[in-house]
Formats: sequence, C-alpha cells, structure tokens
Amino acid sequence: MQKERPVSLVLDNGTVFYGKSFGYEQSTNGEVVFSTAMVGYPESLTDPSYSGQILVVTFPLVGNYGVPSGETQANGLSVFFESEKIHTQAIIVSDYSFEYSHWNAQKSLSQWLKDEKIVGIYDIDTRELTKILRENGSMKGKIVFENEDIDFADPNLINQVAVVSCKEVIHYGKGDKKIVLVDCGVKHNIIRCFLKRNVEVIRVPWDYDFNNLEYDGLFISNGPGDPNLCDAAVNNIKKAMQNDKPIFGICMGNQLLSKAAGAKVYKLKYGHRSHNQPVRMAGTNKCFITSQNHGYAVDNSTLPEDWEPLFINMNDGTNEGIRHKSKPYFSAQFHPEASSGPTDTEFLFDEFVNLL
Amino acid sequence: MSTINPNIKKVLILGSGALKIGEAGEFDYSGSQALKALREEGIETVLINPNIATVQTSEGVADKIYFLPVTPFFVEKVIKKENPQGILLAFGGQTALNCGVKLYEAGILEKYNVEVLGTPVQAIMDTEDRELFVHKLDEIDVKTIKSEAVETIADARRAASELGYPVIIRAAYALGGLGSGFCDNEEQLNVLADKALSFSPQILVEKSLKGWKEVEYEVVRDRFDNCITVCNMENFDPLGIHTGESIVVAPSQTLTNAEYHKLRELAIKIIRHIGIVGECNVQYAFDPYSEDYRVIEVNARLSRSSALASKATGYPLAFVAAKLGLGYGLFDLNNSVTKTTPAFFEPALDYIVCKLPRWDLGKFQGVDRELGSSMKSVGEVMAIGRNFEEAIQKGLRMIGQGMHGFVGNKELKIADIDKALREPTDKRIFVISKAFRQGYTIDQIHDLTKIDKWFLQKLYNIMVTARELEAYEELNEVPQQLILKSKKQGFSDFQIGRSVLKEKMDDAEQTTLDVRKLRLQYNIKPVVKQIDTLAAEYPAQTNYLYLTYNGNYNDVDYKGDHKSVVVLGSGAYRIGSSVEFDWCSVNALTTARKEGYRSVMINYNPETVSTDYDMCDRLYFDELTFERVMDILDLENPHGVILSVGGQIPNNLAIRLDEQKVNILGTQAKYIDNAEDRHLFSSMLDRIGVDQPRWKELSSMDDVNTFIDEVGFPVLVRPSYVLSGAAMNVCSNQQELVQFLELAANVSKKHPVVISQFIEGAKEVEVDAVADNGEIVMYAISEHIEFAGVHSGDATIQFPPQKLYVETVRRVKKVAKQIAKELHISGPFNIQFLARENDIKVIECNLRASRSFPFVSKVLKINFIELATKIMLGAKYEKPSKNEFDLDYVGIKASQFSFSRLQKADPVLGVDMASTGEVGCLGDDTAEAVLTAMLAVGHRIPKKTVLISSGNAKQKIQLLDSAKKLVDKGYTIYATGGTFRFLTENNVECKRVFWPSDEEKPQALEMIHNKEIDMVVNIPKNLTSGELSNGYKIRRAAIDFNVPLITNARLASAFINAFTTIDIDDIKIKSWSEYK
Repeated sequence: MQKERPVSLVLDNGTVFYGKSFGYEQSTNGEVVFSTAMVGYPESLTDPSYSGQILVVTFPLVGNYGVPSGETQANGLSVFFESEKIHTQAIIVSDYSFEYSHWNAQKSLSQWLKDEKIVGIYDIDTRELTKILRENGSMKGKIVFENEDIDFADPNLINQVAVVSCKEVIHYGKGDKKIVLVDCGVKHNIIRCFLKRNVEVIRVPWDYDFNNLEYDGLFISNGPGDPNLCDAAVNNIKKAMQNDKPIFGICMGNQLLSKAAGAKVYKLKYGHRSHNQPVRMAGTNKCFITSQNHGYAVDNSTLPEDWEPLFINMNDGTNEGIRHKSKPYFSAQFHPEASSGPTDTEFLFDEFVNLL
Repeated sequence: MSTINPNIKKVLILGSGALKIGEAGEFDYSGSQALKALREEGIETVLINPNIATVQTSEGVADKIYFLPVTPFFVEKVIKKENPQGILLAFGGQTALNCGVKLYEAGILEKYNVEVLGTPVQAIMDTEDRELFVHKLDEIDVKTIKSEAVETIADARRAASELGYPVIIRAAYALGGLGSGFCDNEEQLNVLADKALSFSPQILVEKSLKGWKEVEYEVVRDRFDNCITVCNMENFDPLGIHTGESIVVAPSQTLTNAEYHKLRELAIKIIRHIGIVGECNVQYAFDPYSEDYRVIEVNARLSRSSALASKATGYPLAFVAAKLGLGYGLFDLNNSVTKTTPAFFEPALDYIVCKLPRWDLGKFQGVDRELGSSMKSVGEVMAIGRNFEEAIQKGLRMIGQGMHGFVGNKELKIADIDKALREPTDKRIFVISKAFRQGYTIDQIHDLTKIDKWFLQKLYNIMVTARELEAYEELNEVPQQLILKSKKQGFSDFQIGRSVLKEKMDDAEQTTLDVRKLRLQYNIKPVVKQIDTLAAEYPAQTNYLYLTYNGNYNDVDYKGDHKSVVVLGSGAYRIGSSVEFDWCSVNALTTARKEGYRSVMINYNPETVSTDYDMCDRLYFDELTFERVMDILDLENPHGVILSVGGQIPNNLAIRLDEQKVNILGTQAKYIDNAEDRHLFSSMLDRIGVDQPRWKELSSMDDVNTFIDEVGFPVLVRPSYVLSGAAMNVCSNQQELVQFLELAANVSKKHPVVISQFIEGAKEVEVDAVADNGEIVMYAISEHIEFAGVHSGDATIQFPPQKLYVETVRRVKKVAKQIAKELHISGPFNIQFLARENDIKVIECNLRASRSFPFVSKVLKINFIELATKIMLGAKYEKPSKNEFDLDYVGIKASQFSFSRLQKADPVLGVDMASTGEVGCLGDDTAEAVLTAMLAVGHRIPKKTVLISSGNAKQKIQLLDSAKKLVDKGYTIYATGGTFRFLTENNVECKRVFWPSDEEKPQALEMIHNKEIDMVVNIPKNLTSGELSNGYKIRRAAIDFNVPLITNARLASAFINAFTTIDIDDIKIKSWSEYK
C-alpha cells in the first residue's frame, strides 16, 4: 500500500470530501469541473482549456494504461499530448490504478503528476461530487493537505487565454495553403489536423494582430476561461472579417467569432465536458457525437441577422456552432479534432481547407 | 419528427425458440422490447415463438402469439394466414435471422409482400457469409482475419497449410461458434472440419490470433446515416476463448483514447458500409503490443452482447432498434432514462460492469471442460461496481456455484497449475487465485494466460487484502480501515470472516452475522447509486440501482413508507432455473404494482426481462446473497418480501431472512423449511398418512446395507436442498453406491444425505398449485410422458393429462390438499408424484413457483403467479372457476438439449437435469401437440431411415408398436443385435447394423457419418455408467453429425406415433387465442 497523507477537497459552499493523494502533495485551488469522458486522461490533462481548473473524472477507474512519453516531434509538437504540460490544477478520481498496463506507457499517472507538480487525489465519491457541481454549477474549490490551508481562487477572473497562449509567432509545415492560427490555448491535435492536410500553419499569440500577414484562411483556437476577457482577439477577428477570407473557429474560437459578429456569450451552469455530446446540424437530420470542453456558450438569440446557428446541442439546445449566411465563416463549439474523444466531426477541417 | 411508413399496420416478429447454449434469455428481453416499441406505435404484432415460458409470449405483450417452430415451413404458413406488411428478423437471435434469410432466398417474403424492417437481408447475408463479409470490408480497407471459406476437407487442409497453423475452424451460419475450434495440426483439423461440415455446407479456415485482446462495440445506425456506439466491452480472457465463455468488462479498461476511438471510428465506418439500420455489434481482435487490429465478425442483429450492453449502460438497444426499423431517426427518440435528452448519444458510465459466464459442465458425463472458441456456458451474470475488484468479486458470488469471491473459497485441487493456466477451463479464475497463493507472479501468470496484466494486478490486490486480513485471528482485532478496504474491494462478510477466523469458523452463518454487526458498528455500509446513462451530468429520476462501498452517499431518498414489495429474482440462468422464473418474477412485480405497492426487484441476470428497469419501480441490479438482500431491505424497509417466484436461490434464504424478522410474504419460513428438509418433510407425510418412496437418512454403511436389503436396488441417493437433481444419483449396485456416497458426502454437512427406493416403470405426475392459507385456490395436474427416472426438468410433460386414471387424479388432488393445509401454504407450490396403477407416492414438494408455472398458466389461460401474488399481498382475488379438464386442446412441454455444444458429453438423460430450455406447444390432440413440440426443439421427421437400439426387454416391447408403425409408413429400420433379433422375431422387417466394437458391416457409426440415418433411437438399458459407455459412441455420433436422437422409449413412441399418424401439413396454424 502506498503511504497515505490525509487530504481533503473543500468546495466554496463548505462541502468537504476526504480522499487520498496519488500525485504531488501541495495544497491547490481552482474551479472544480467534471468530465464524463471514460478515456483520455493524458489528453485532457494537457488540454490548455483546463487551465486553472480542478478536473473531476466521473469514470471511476483512472490510470489504467499509464502515461505515454512526453516526446516531441521536430516541429515542437508533442507526439502524444495536447500541449507541453499539464494544465489542470489537479485531478480528482474515485479509484486510481497504481499499477498500469500498456505497451505504450512510459510511466504511471501518479509519477507524471509528481513530475509535473500537479495534485491528484482518489477515493472520492466522484458521483456525489458531480451531482453537487451539477446542482450548484461549477464551483470554486481547493484541495488541502494536512496543515496546509489556502484560499479559494476563481480562475475566470484572470485572462486564462493570455496565460496559456504562445508568446511569439511559430511556423509549422509547408503547403499550398497557409492559415493563421490564433492561439488561445490551442490543442496540438488541431495543428496536427492541419498539417495532415498539407496546410501551412502560422501560430500567433492570442492578441497578435495578424491582419498584416499573408494568409489564405484564419483559424481561431480553443482556450480556457472567460471569452469576455479576450477583446484584443475579438477586435482582430472583426478586422479580418472585412476581407472575406475563410474563417474557422473551435470552442473558444466559436465564442470569439460570435463576439466579433456581435453576439453575446454567457456562462453555462456547469458546462459541457464529455465525449458524448450530441449535436445536430441546424435544419438537417445530420447528428454527431462530439467531444466537448467548455464552460461558456454563445447566446443564439443574439446572433445578428446575417449569421445563423450551425450546430445545436441536442441535450440542452445550446449553441454548438455558427456560420455566416453568405461568407465562408463558421465555427464549432465542440472539438472536431477530438483527442480525446470521438472523431466524427473531423470533416470540418476538410470543409475549411476546401474553402481556402 | 420523421414519418414512419404508414402502410405498416401489422408486423411479424420471430422469436428464438427454446433456450439453448448460445441463445438464451437475452432474446426474450430483446423481443419483448421490440414488441413494446411496435405496440407503442399502434402496430398490430404477431409473434412466433414456441418458448412458452418467456415473457414475450405472455398476454398483452404481442397481439397474437403462435407457439410454433421458428422454421421457414411454419413461418410461411403464419405469413399466409396473417398477412403482415412487415417482419422483424433481428430480435430472435441466429434462429430468427437464419429463418429470415431462408424465407428471403426462397422468395416467400416477396411472394407475400412482406417488408423486412430494419437491416436489409442483403446486409445480413453480407455479414453472415464470410467470403462476402471479407470482400465487403476489403472495399473500405478494413482488416479482417485472414480466412478461407471451403466446402471440402481437402480444401480445408490446403487452406490451413497456406495460412500456417494454428488455425481456427468455424462453421458458417452457425449459432455462437457451433462446430468451431482451434487446430494445431492437420490431424486435429481433419476431425474438426469433418464435424463442422456436418453443421454447415461451408466452413472457414482462419489464421489464429491467440493472445490478442478481444474488444467489442455495440453500434446503432438510423436510416439517415446517424451512428452511435452505445458501449464497448473488453474481454478479460484473450482471443481464443469464445466471448460467451469469457469474463467481459464494460467499458474497456486497457485501451487508450487513441485505441478506443480508432476502433469506434472503424465500427461506424463498417456499419455504414454494410448498411445496418438498427443495431449490430462489431468484434475486434486487437494486438496487445500495437494498434493493429482485425475485425472478427459483425452480428447484424441483437445479440447476447447487445442485451448485456443495454443492461450495462441503461440504453435500451432493442427498443431503439425496433423504432429505427420503422423509419425513425435517432434524433426522434428520447433517452428512456433521462426522458428529456435524445436517444442520439453515447452513454457515459460512472461504474464498471463485469459479466461472468455460468457453466454447468459438472452435470454432464465425460464433457470436455476446456474453454475454447465454442460456447458452453448456460448463463451469465452482470456485476456492477465502482472498481474492478468490487465488480469481479460480486460477480464470482453471483455465479452461484458455491464461490464466495476471488478468495475465501474451498481449496481447489489442481495437479498442474501451469497447465491449468495455459489451458483454461470453467475454473480458470480460481486457478489464478490458487497460483497467487502458490507464489506465482503477475508476469508468470500473464505469460501462461495472456490475460492483460491490468486485470491480474487488480486480482492481486484482492489477494493482498486477503493476506492482510489473514494476519488477524479475531474479528474485533481487525482495524476498521482494513474492513472498509476489504468491503471496497468487494469482500463479503463471509470472506472477511473466513479470512480472519480460518479453520476456527465453525458456523459460517453466525460468523457472517458477526462481521455484519461489527461493520455496522463501524458504520461501514454500502451506498446506493443510480445508473443514469450520463454519469450524473443530467438530473435523472432513474430507478436502476446498484450498491457499492466506493462512495459515501445514496442517490435515493428512502421514504420509509413500507410501501415496497421486494421480489427476489432467480439469478444466473442455469440448468434447472431459467426464463420460467423470469416470467414468474415479472408477473409478481406487475401484480404488486397493480395492487398499489412500489415494486422492487433484486436480480443480476442481464438476460432477463425482470432486470429491465421499466418492469418495476425500483431495480437493484445486485447480489441475491443474504448479506446484500439484508443491505437492501435495511434501506427499503419494505412491506414485505416475495421469495417464492425466483426459484431455489430466494427460497434458500427463507430461514435466515425470517431470523432477521423480515416480513416474508406468503408461506412462512418454517413451513418452507418443512418442505425443503427431507427429514422433516417425510415425517410430516408419515404423520398425515401420505405415501412416499421408502427412504433412509444415511449415517453409516451398515445402516445403508440393512436398508437396501429391505428395499433392493436401484436406489436414489441425494442430499436435501436439491435443485435440478444436483448431486443426485441412481445407484444400481453396491459398487456404485459406495462410489457415489463418497462424492455426495461432501455436498453438505448441515443437511443429511438420504437414500430412497427408486421405483421403476412408474408414471410421474405433477401438481402446480396456488393456495391461500392452506386452502388450494387453483391447481394444474400434469403428466410426464417418460416414466420416472428422467428428471422432471428434462421430461416431456402433457397438460392436461391424457392418460391418467380419474382415480389417480382424485388421489393426487386429495394429497395436494392435505399437504397445502399441513404446511399452511399461501402462494405457489409444486408437488411431484409417482403413480403406478392407482398407487401414488409423493417424491418432492416445493413451496414456490416451479419450472412449469408459465406452461400451465398459459395453457389454462389462468395466471397462477398473478393469483399467488394477490394472495401473498392479502389482496382481493376471484377464485378461478375454470378447470383443466374443460380444455378441448392439449399442451406439450418438450425439452431442448444443447449436447452439440458440449463436446464429448454423453447425451443421455437421467435423474440429473441436462436440458437447457423448453418449448410448449398446443394441439387439438396429443399427436399434434407432440409433433409440433418435437419439431420446435429441433427434431426432424425422418425421411427414410431410423436406427433403433432399444435397451432392455421391457423397452423393446414398448417400442414394438412404434417400429411396426414405422415400417407401415415405409421407413427402413436399422437395428443393432438384440433389437434386430427382437424385431425380426416379432415380424417387424428391419436390417441389422453393428456396434462399433463389432467387426462386421454395416457399421452403425459409419452410417451416421454418411448421413444414411435420419433419426437415432438409442435406449440405454439402465442408468449404470458401464451400460452408458456402450451406446455412447452411437449417441455422440448422432449429436456430432446433427442427426436427431431420442434416448427414451416412451418419448420415442410418442414422437413416432405422432409423425406416423399425422402429417406435418396437418398441423393447424392456430394462434394461442384460437385455442378456446
């Protein structure tokens, strides 16, 4: 048996859960969110959209297949992860598998968390915790080790996009077509999806004014936190809309494009974080299972006249994407690049590339 | 909303017939769901299914029910009569699918203008025919297992040498791997290929991928091309063990995101290309050392896995598939758990389920116990937990073969552990437990078994905890934290008790209670969690529940209103207890609900309708152990508990629950015990002057010998608390007796072994009845066709009885009344009698519903369970005025055997039950009902030739009449030595054939191999094992070469009489409601 140090999760409504540690041992805080995905913890943990958050995994058995190597390709992209590091503040699970088994694993999840100084706790009634988050909405929380109390923190008060975005322009690949990728916290698989389609990618910081660059299309990436703190990006997108070049956005990209179009974005009670979100292409019988990770949503009713919803969430009717009625601008709230999650909507990359 | 085809007003559904290995209760569940889906649309439904014990063949489930064989011959006749616009082929297993393909190929569907709803027949054929299948997947660059379809043994040999051994042989168009197996060399190939070719004109030779992972996806597609994968599952056992024989977990546990979604994406690509509309499963072999894969097969129908997936996730696959078949899109339908979100989604689980197979190989003489690519298990259980340790330990208890989990079991004797690990049998997991005990490492076990180390590590965790417990000597020394940890890993109170006390534990029941008391003091209790398909993401008022120690809060608010009625289900299907108790449970639930109670079900069998969360107000998908039932009763605080509709498992809990002051509805525990305990029961019979075969409790060999001097051989030897004849045997001489007593003495110390006089040549008569406070309210007397000696579960039963003396009937009734009164019976019960002349003796009495309750209820059209439940609840009821002797028709219940799957088993019937299922057919007279029923369990009317070898003199005489009838009908009879002489002497023309041990020709075996025999009647002279081995080769050959076999003279006479008196075309196509 592992050495067990008492540790507790405290929610800002006073609820306390007692657990055991399997990661780095230092008290931490953040916004507590849950994901119902059943696989993909290495991908989720390295997804920059989780910046500032404490991730509760509802599937109880975690760590089974260990963690693959953190190696990177020549272009700097991670081979197996979605970014260079773990972005969550912590991970909370019910049953941690101390022993893993997989040919591709290099270390245990526990070791990885310790290496990256990230907290991980287990033996928590994650179902009860999820129900609390569902009823109260996402909450502030802190994980407190014995004699090491700290304050709560709300990651949505700071511009998380600025925290995770690249700090300078990076070029990837060579191709007939060239896109500008506004990095709000881009997942590496998005870049891989473009490179796979022979598209050259110019990755720019979130607030970089790319309008002077030469490009065939504009892509706005996913990212963490409150989209209402990203006015610099919105303004740049507004400018880009004047030249009719194709625009594609994912997740935060959907929200920023909507804002640039003039729509409003609001915070969902507890967001969508899972691999099983059903969306329907508006006005069609085409439905897709999507991977999602977002806490904010576009208000459909505020879309200007020349815009329309492209996808609708079939569970709760919220916006899952928008498109311009005449111009080649569209975006998805879900993650067509998957990783982790289902790959049903990867065709959106093809549609965008075909427009270039 | 999409529109559905308005021309479809009446739909025909094909059921799967009798339960057999490879096709069990799961198709009752899927068929029932489909019927519900159709009726909801106002579509008239017609069902063909001879399995009378099912829920789907109950009143109000389908509009019209035909208890006829699911064969093209009968289905065509029903189509002609009913004129349906549509037909559903995907809900009755391989039986329905094969029948549908034949109807399509013969142009019958087209002729009568019947549209196949859902997946088109072409798509079915593309998945069923290997060559077409491989070609189809080649078109989209999806990898399949390299295989070659051949039609001769020579081609099989060539294909195998090209692929390189080891290879696997499969018969095309066969149920669950029938006639398939692995061959390491040409010699093995010759044997297997020959056999497989007897089942199917085409066989497949494939490269073996032993040791790869096996992963399965359940996929749904609508006609708008929208696809979802509802669930994936991973086999604990590597490829090489049939998925029906493997422990299976859902969702997969050792796949990464990339692997999971690679296979998911492929599954969707495949079903789009094949053009499934509805549900199918895709099975993969997956390389444990890369992302390489092969598609093993696609089942274009609902399957055992889809039933499991439905129960594992809460997603009603069959219901949705039926709706999609009508033309709906997935977006039109609602998630039936949340009610607010759509059916287009993929369930997120926040628990793990573990399916374990249940074998009954111990019931068969000579059966091959090694697990392989052919299915042998007769049932399965599903355990739910929040970690693997918890789920698997629950599951190992649920199987119900005396195991308490992964540890804490009776020591297993294994000569060679390495071999036992390498060549898995039904004891596989316990061999692993033993290996850990002997110091084997995870790596060593992995090398021998190829089971993924992740699973082995989890099992090892259980072993570690067991050792921690074993370090203590007294219960109160065990730290609270260790008890909690044990419970989180699925240890039962019993396991904890045994681990700590070891040999000191003399009273297991008391120790279990002590552990319970201790942990309750520590406030260590399980919590109740809901299965809601969305891992708590959306609020859902679901009633689908399980218990776990891995959590702190209940999902249910208990009102403590005493309004619950808890029905205990029947657990895993096994030989002796299957779908009939599901029917009983469902009817008890429905009645309780109608009477205004909250109906609560406890059961853990994923193949059942009673575990459909729509059937009750609360479903606990959990164990039926004393411990778990008490945990649930503590929470539910119910009005009462019904123990008498779930077979023997709940019945056995009576005394212990009573001791805990549980309100048992119906007959009280002490009377149940009076009936179960043979000693008490016999004393009672003596007291009230009811005759019984003479018996004696065994205490010493001297007593036994004295007793047998009095009554003479043969004798029946058995322990009390008998289910389906387990550990019961007939001994014909001193040597057998001594040998068996040594075996049986181990069965149970608490309940003594008894020896009774075995009466030969007696009729067996049964009473199924319902009583209210000792007064019989309703009864049904039925008669076995076979004489006593064939287990009642294997016997062919006619109801109402056709050949009983009125005097016998009167005496049976009188005795039943006496017993009901003496035992203060309230509720269902069953008594078995022996009758010779007018002399009747009681052989058994069960104060619970019996196997034949659905049969007699449906033949008589009076629901015995509804009546019994009303009585148990103290509700008002009307005493039925109808009597079985008013009926103008006959019901025959015939047994289905699965010997073809049980390699090497001797297909002979005795006091131990061997059948896996049954049918019940109706007819205007006995001959019609017998013929229909025999055809429904797979017999065929012989074309030209019958082989008879007919046992002792009495049996020969019994068959003489039948032999004459055969000759009169123009059949050629072949007979072995004694029978040949007897028939010739009696002027019945026949030809002599020779036993395998004879030199001369023609050889009986050869003739069977060459398909020169259409039916085999082989009657063993008596039940001794020496005699049994004599005809074994003939019987086994009949099974292996798929020639109908009858081993009982009375049954053979009945069948021969039936098909020589009436023609198959004379069988009337009458629905259940037309028998009035």
